[in-house]
Amino acid sequence: MIEFHLDGRSGVAPYQQLVQQVRRALRLGILREGDRLPTVKEVVAHLAINPNTVSKAYRELELEGLVSARPGVGTFVTRTLADNTLAAHGPLRTDLERWLAKARRAGLDEESIEAIFDSTFRSALREDTA
Amino acid sequence: MSTVIRSAGLGKKYRSRWALSDCSLEVPSGRVVGLVGPNGAGKSTFLNLAVGMLAPSAGEIEVLGERPTGRSAPRTRVGYVGQDTPTYAGLSVADHLRLGAHLNPGWDETQARQRVARLGLDPKQRAGRLSGGQRAQLALTLGLAKRPELLLLDEPVAALDPLARREFLQDLMEAVAEQDLSVVLSSHLVSDVERACDFLIVLVDSRVQVAGDIEELLGSHLRLTGPRRDPATLPAAQEVVTASHTDRQSTYVVRTDAPVLDPAWEVSRLTLEDLVLAYMSRQALARADARPSLEALR
Repeated sequence: MIEFHLDGRSGVAPYQQLVQQVRRALRLGILREGDRLPTVKEVVAHLAINPNTVSKAYRELELEGLVSARPGVGTFVTRTLADNTLAAHGPLRTDLERWLAKARRAGLDEESIEAIFDSTFRSALREDTA
Repeated sequence: MSTVIRSAGLGKKYRSRWALSDCSLEVPSGRVVGLVGPNGAGKSTFLNLAVGMLAPSAGEIEVLGERPTGRSAPRTRVGYVGQDTPTYAGLSVADHLRLGAHLNPGWDETQARQRVARLGLDPKQRAGRLSGGQRAQLALTLGLAKRPELLLLDEPVAALDPLARREFLQDLMEAVAEQDLSVVLSSHLVSDVERACDFLIVLVDSRVQVAGDIEELLGSHLRLTGPRRDPATLPAAQEVVTASHTDRQSTYVVRTDAPVLDPAWEVSRLTLEDLVLAYMSRQALARADARPSLEALR
């Protein structure tokens, strides 16, 4: 079971934040096939948010084929995102840490590091789709 | 039923002052509606008209398909919790439940008792001795146990501390998830109702400035920043909500359904608070513009 949280300042729509948190948990192996997500009522009572927000997030996850709702029982994880890439996470993280250390040695502050990462990430995505 | 409140040209006048004017709205059912605006904007007047405690001076209003002041007014189907969470100071918690059961044909005694127990309220305690948060929760208990189709709440959390406010909204949202319930709650602070609501009505200076599904509103409003530019040169599909200029730069908040393609603009999304503030400041400007011309008329 996971517990949701909301970041009011992120600019990301609340339902989208819930979707992202489930996807992240699936990717990191925190949620596995067969796990039950908290009920709409549980999420609502915890976060004081609109029930429609939670339903919408769960519907989107269902459309993506990640979870399935069994009426009267709950919403269950049907697929994991942690497949065979999980093993690669460690080395990739080490590479990234090395790169971050290098950036700091070059005198970049946090904001510049974020900016350079963001713009490279975006332009690489654009090249991939082009 | 797809619409819980429908109003057309609705207005309410106190002596010579219009507390609400030209209000035309359709509130869909199954939503949690935030009625937001500064103090004195007309929020309470609108809710009082909806519950039938006031009669309109102009236009009309229908609640659950009926006129609230008419013979077939939907009194038993609409719950109302007024400002400052009204309870009777001299009556005990149990007295309040008895009163609720006596006055409401659809009273859900089991639910009321369960809620009181869960809140940890002593049935023998007088309402006057309860904390603000407990009084608000008692008022919400009475409003919910009536099993209404529509629940109207006037500034329910304004007087509460942050923890009590959170608990109140948690309980309200839980009730919405459990019961088939539409809710309208007013607040002078967007941040109070932002998470709880999925539909927004912004009321400023007795007029509705904007109303709609919150996600749609956030999707269709953009902030454009770029080199200084005359609003007349913006595409017609971009409705200007606010504009501000320095000698070199222009910042616009526009409402548009089409993507903004002009590369001169830096385009960003608005938070709900930004959006509400944009409409409030637009109304403030309109008022300032109106003043000199009125003086010239004298």
